[in-house]
Amino acid sequence: MLLKKASDIPSSEITDKKLYLRRREFIQAAAVGAVGAAAGTLGVGMAEAATWPRVPIPNVQKASSPALTTTEKPNSYQDIATYNNFYEFGTDKGDPSQNAGGLKTKPWTVKVDGMVAKPGDYHLEDLIKPYALEDRVYRHRCVEASSLVIPWVGFPLASLLKTVGPTPAAKFVEFTTLMDPKQMPGQRTDVLRWPYVEALRLDEAMHPLTLLAVGIYGEFLPNQNGAPMRLVIPWKYGFKGAKSIVRITLTDKQPLNTWQQSAPEEYGFYANVNPAKDHPRWSQARERRIGEFFKRPTLLFNGYGDQVASLYAGMDLKKNY
Amino acid sequence: MTNDRRVRFILKPIVFVVALTPLAWMIWAGLNGQLTADPLKEITHETGDWTIRFIVATLAITPLRRLLGWNWLIKFRRMFGVYAFFYGTLHFLIYVIADRFAGLDFPDGYVAVSTARALAASIWEDIAKRPYITVGFFGWCCMIPLAVTSTVGWIRRMGGRNWQLLHRLIYATAIAGVVHYWWLVKADIRHPLIYGALVALLLGFRVVTTLQKARVPHPAVQVRA
Repeated sequence: MLLKKASDIPSSEITDKKLYLRRREFIQAAAVGAVGAAAGTLGVGMAEAATWPRVPIPNVQKASSPALTTTEKPNSYQDIATYNNFYEFGTDKGDPSQNAGGLKTKPWTVKVDGMVAKPGDYHLEDLIKPYALEDRVYRHRCVEASSLVIPWVGFPLASLLKTVGPTPAAKFVEFTTLMDPKQMPGQRTDVLRWPYVEALRLDEAMHPLTLLAVGIYGEFLPNQNGAPMRLVIPWKYGFKGAKSIVRITLTDKQPLNTWQQSAPEEYGFYANVNPAKDHPRWSQARERRIGEFFKRPTLLFNGYGDQVASLYAGMDLKKNY
Repeated sequence: MTNDRRVRFILKPIVFVVALTPLAWMIWAGLNGQLTADPLKEITHETGDWTIRFIVATLAITPLRRLLGWNWLIKFRRMFGVYAFFYGTLHFLIYVIADRFAGLDFPDGYVAVSTARALAASIWEDIAKRPYITVGFFGWCCMIPLAVTSTVGWIRRMGGRNWQLLHRLIYATAIAGVVHYWWLVKADIRHPLIYGALVALLLGFRVVTTLQKARVPHPAVQVRA
């Protein structure tokens, strides 16, 4: 598949492509049996199933409170690990599981900086060590109207924040994803402004549901799911959950998150799940749970309203989308 | 065997069958769980992709004949056009079932007059409300008269000139198809850009040749489009 930007393509080459496009239709006859490269160029995902190491996490505990985990049936490991929005590894949902194999998650350093008492560069192991890792089954609602139920393993972001100590002036927490086009092929094209940045208000970040996840299904995160550590905020659209985090910054100014920077009329800072606030191009009233045919009604705050609605008391949710 | 017969009796049947392989692949992959975790979205996208590919292939026939002198290509133009309509219709039907029907409430069950009415209303609302659906539906509608009048009988009935005029609607379909694709992608506009460039090139070719014809009042050889 042509991966260059149009501006890079001389018109002479486009003519070639045209012939090429037609040629493929002929080639396809042969391709039915001997798929290989032809199928690859057609983008019909007949590539070999990607594999990745699956390592169990020791000493995972039950969710510390029943309110922090759902009893709904989780999606399969296969669905969760092969249906990903992680543009650093490609823009199709199947791309990350194919392309994330080159990401090196050991060693991994997380910089904590900005308005904190204890800034520093922390080895991931040291950063995680003080906290009990627990199972949290959360509903996950993608902004593109699909949803999954995911059994995460992680610890509350609040625990980490308490350790590093935000100063009284701190109001927001910003999360930055790794920037390395060598390991993340999607970053070689500028579909988004790299590195990927997401952010929360400090009170959202301190909420007990807000999780720093290091695993799914009791195992360390597959790279395509945001290894080695990612953010999970179950009442917000999935894109708020920054993946492969290398930096956590406390600040007093509201950061500009990547998708808002890319399309401000479509993606805001809050991105709270809200069936009454349509995306400009599609309805958010319903969602397709992966594996189901009929669409479910989407719930305000993804069904976590009892626990989080008070964070937004008095706020116009349609304006602050 | 003459060249003409070779095209007609060997190449044409082969291409006809080959053009069905994307559908065959989708069915096979669907039955074998190879269509990602969200197969409905995948087949929606796949059928859409094949629609625009066949539109581009159809539009490419005339320029290729002119530029390369491959006149036998004309024998594939109608086939590609009808396949564009075929995949476009599948694309539309999958949208109707997987997007609209699956998003309904069913107070009276799945099979009821109220369900049919609610489905029609839901499709219509969506077409009216969402620009990328509006333009995609428009592009598909433009292909309907072309598919209907694709037979030799209709060319005779309409007269070559009128028939040709009507079939320029494919230009509208091609532009609508590119716009439809462009408006629906999230941030990665590379694919719509490629199809946009191809359609611009192929339509641009026609503009240029038309202008050239207009400049030469008595062309020595009249080439029929």
